[in-house]
Amino acid sequence: MTSQSASAVLTEDMRKKLLQPDLISGSEMLLRSLLLEGVDTVFGYPGGAVLYIYDAMHGNKDFHHLLTRHEQGAIHAADGYARATGKVGVCIATSGPGATNLVTGIATAYMDSVPLVVITGNVPTSLIGTDAFQEADITGITMPITKHSYLVRDVSDLPRTIREAFHIASTGRKGPVLIDIPKDVSAAKAVFHYPEHVVIRGYNPTVSPNKLQIDRLLQAIEKAERPVILAGGGVVYSDAQQELIAFAEKTRVPVITTLLGLGGFPSGHELWVGMPGMHGNYASNNAIMECDLLISIGARFDDRVTMKLDGFAPKATIAHIDIDPAEIGKNVPTDIPCVGDIKAVLGVALANAKPARSAEWLKQIKAWNELHPFQYKDSETELKPQYVIEMISETTNGDAIITADVGQHQMWVAQFYKFKNARSLITSGGLGTMGHGFPAAMGAQVGCPDKLVVAITGDGGFQMCSQELAVCAIHNIPLKIAIINNQVLGMVRQWQKIIYKERYSHIDLGGSPDFVKLAEAYGVKGLRATNKAEARQAWQEALNTPGPVLIDFVVRKEENVYPMVTAGSSLSEMILGDAE
Amino acid sequence: MLTKHTISILVNNQPGVLQRVAGLFGRRGFNIESITVGASEEPGLSRMVVVTVGDERTLEQISKQLYKLVDVIKVVDLSANPMVARELALIQVNAEPGQRPEILGVVETFRASIVDIGPNTLIVQAVGDSDKIDAIVELLKPYGIRELTRTGATAMIRGISK
Repeated sequence: MTSQSASAVLTEDMRKKLLQPDLISGSEMLLRSLLLEGVDTVFGYPGGAVLYIYDAMHGNKDFHHLLTRHEQGAIHAADGYARATGKVGVCIATSGPGATNLVTGIATAYMDSVPLVVITGNVPTSLIGTDAFQEADITGITMPITKHSYLVRDVSDLPRTIREAFHIASTGRKGPVLIDIPKDVSAAKAVFHYPEHVVIRGYNPTVSPNKLQIDRLLQAIEKAERPVILAGGGVVYSDAQQELIAFAEKTRVPVITTLLGLGGFPSGHELWVGMPGMHGNYASNNAIMECDLLISIGARFDDRVTMKLDGFAPKATIAHIDIDPAEIGKNVPTDIPCVGDIKAVLGVALANAKPARSAEWLKQIKAWNELHPFQYKDSETELKPQYVIEMISETTNGDAIITADVGQHQMWVAQFYKFKNARSLITSGGLGTMGHGFPAAMGAQVGCPDKLVVAITGDGGFQMCSQELAVCAIHNIPLKIAIINNQVLGMVRQWQKIIYKERYSHIDLGGSPDFVKLAEAYGVKGLRATNKAEARQAWQEALNTPGPVLIDFVVRKEENVYPMVTAGSSLSEMILGDAE
Repeated sequence: MLTKHTISILVNNQPGVLQRVAGLFGRRGFNIESITVGASEEPGLSRMVVVTVGDERTLEQISKQLYKLVDVIKVVDLSANPMVARELALIQVNAEPGQRPEILGVVETFRASIVDIGPNTLIVQAVGDSDKIDAIVELLKPYGIRELTRTGATAMIRGISK
C-alpha cells in the first residue's frame, strides 16, 4: 500500500513550527490545524469551492489525501477509518453537490456515534444566500444529523473552529461535526493562532460517573437471580472491552452484544449469550424476556433490538449506563440511570462489584443456546452464504477487521463470524446504509495497514459504491472484498416472502456486471466461487495475494436469515426458520 | 398526563441557533405552542421561551435533547415554579366612531391600550397571560377583527421562589 501513516513523524520541532503565528491563508490554517490534530489521512474530492484548500495541499507531504471516486465513498471511508482506529476521520468535499453527496455518510456516522470532522467548501460569503452556482445550505441541511456544525465567516475564527470541532467530535458521545468554509475564507489571510485549550460553555459531557448511581446498580446485581448485560457500540467506542470482561466475570452476569457491540465482548467467552433482536439468537431474546435485571451498557434500545417496546424485558429492572443522558429513558423507562463514560463507569463499579445469584440462570441460557444455536442446512451442490462467513471466520480466527454492508449478509456476518476483538466489526447499524461496507473497509485498511481487512458485502450494496475499486487499485489497498452474490436484494426478498405473501417486487438484480471482470477492469484481481471447494480455494488465493482481491461468491438465492422477529412483534415471537 | 410547560432556554446568540432549537422540536415530534426569542441579561446570549404540551417523560426528553445542542447553555422548566408569563397582542378592530366608547370600555377593563386610531379602526395593544389575551380577543370579535398578531409567551420565575 502506498499510503503509510504519517502522524508518527509529527515531532516536537514540527509542532512548534506549525504553531508559529505566521500570516497565512485559511487553507494553510486548515492544513496546519489538521496536522496539529494528528490527522495523517484525509479522504476527499476537489471542486471549485475548495480549490484554495487543494492548492495548499499541492506538494504537501505531511499527510495523505485519497481521491475517492464519489464523495459518498470519501465519507464512508473516513467513517471506516474512524471506527477501525478510534481516531477522528476527516473528509473534504466541495460546495453544493459535493457537500450534499456527503449527507448519507454524515447521517450514518451520526446514528452510530462515529467521530468525524467533515470539511465542506462553500461559495464566497458575498454569494451565500443568492442561489449561486453550486451553492447549498449544507449546515442547514445537515443540522439534524451532525453533533454540531460551523459556517466559518471570518478566517481568524478558523483555527479555533477546527480545534473545537475535533474536541466535540471525539469526546462525550462521539459524532460527526461539519465545518463549512466559504471560498473567500479559505483564501483570506490572518495570523495563525491555534488555541491550546477548548472552552465551550454549552458543552460539558459527563464522563465521571456518580457513585450513588453505581451503588444502586451494584445492589441490584447482588440481588438479581436472572441478570443480563446488553452491551452496545458504546463499549467499543469507549475501549472498555477489558473492563466489561472483568465486570461480567466478577458479577457472573451473562452478556448479550448488539450488532454494534459485537467484538465489545468476545464471542467465545463462557458468559457470552449472543446477539438480540430481529435476527438475534433464541437464547438472547429469551434471556431478555425472562431476565429480572437488564443492564444496558452503551446500547440505546434501538427498535431492531427491542422490537415491540411494550413487551420488552417485561420482568426486569432496567439499568442504563450511557455517556449521553438523553439516551436514558428515551425509548425504555429506566429504573437505575448511570451517566458516564463506560470505561470509567465499569472501572469504578469493578472495585465493589459482588456476584449475582446467577448460577441457575447461566445454566438456563446455556441450555437455550444448545437447543437453538444459529444453524443452516449445508449443501454440497449450492454455496451457502453462511458457509462463506464461517469459512472466513475460521481462517482469520477473529483477528481480521470485517466490514459488512447492509442486508442478509450483514446478519449472517453477525450470526456466524466469531468476533473476538473490539473494532473488528464495522457496519452501518443505525441508519442501515447500503453502500457503506466497501468504502468503509477501504478507510479501515488505510487506518490499519497491518491488519487483514475483509469487506463482506452483497451484490446490491457493493454496486452502490463499486467505483471505489479504482482507489484500491491505485493505492494498492490490500483489502479483500467478498461479495455474497445471490442476485437479488435478499433482505427485501425475505420480507416480501414472509410479510408480503411472496409478491416479489423489483428485487431482481439481474443485469449486474460480471464482478470478476469489473474488478479486472479496475486492475483488481477478481475470483469467483460457486461451490464449497471453489470457495475455499478462492479464499485461500485471496489471502495469499498481497494486493486487493475481489471474490464473487455466488450463493443460493432463496436463503433466508433466521431466527426472525417481524416488525411489530415481541421478542418472544421468534420465527426460528426451517434451516433451509 | 399532558400538561402545558413553559421552558426557558439560554442559548449562544449564533446564526442558526433558532433553527437548531426549532428543528429539534420538529424532528423529534415535540410540540411547539409558541416560541419567543430575544436578548438576555448577558451579551452574546439570547433567551428563548418555548411553550409546549407534553407529559413528564416528554418534558424530560425535551430538556435532555436540548442540552445536547452545543449552543444551548441552560434549560429551565419555568412552569415547575411560580412564574410570570406575558404575551403581547396587537388587535386591529373595526371601530366606527359610534362604537368607540364601547370598545374603550373593554380596553380599560383589560388594562389594555389603544395605540392607533384610524378613520374607522382602532389598534388595541394588550399584554398579559394567554388566557387574558384570549378573553379580550373574544370580546373584541363582535366588532370585527381586521388583523391580529400575538407574540407568544415570554416568562420568568418569580423572585420569591428563587
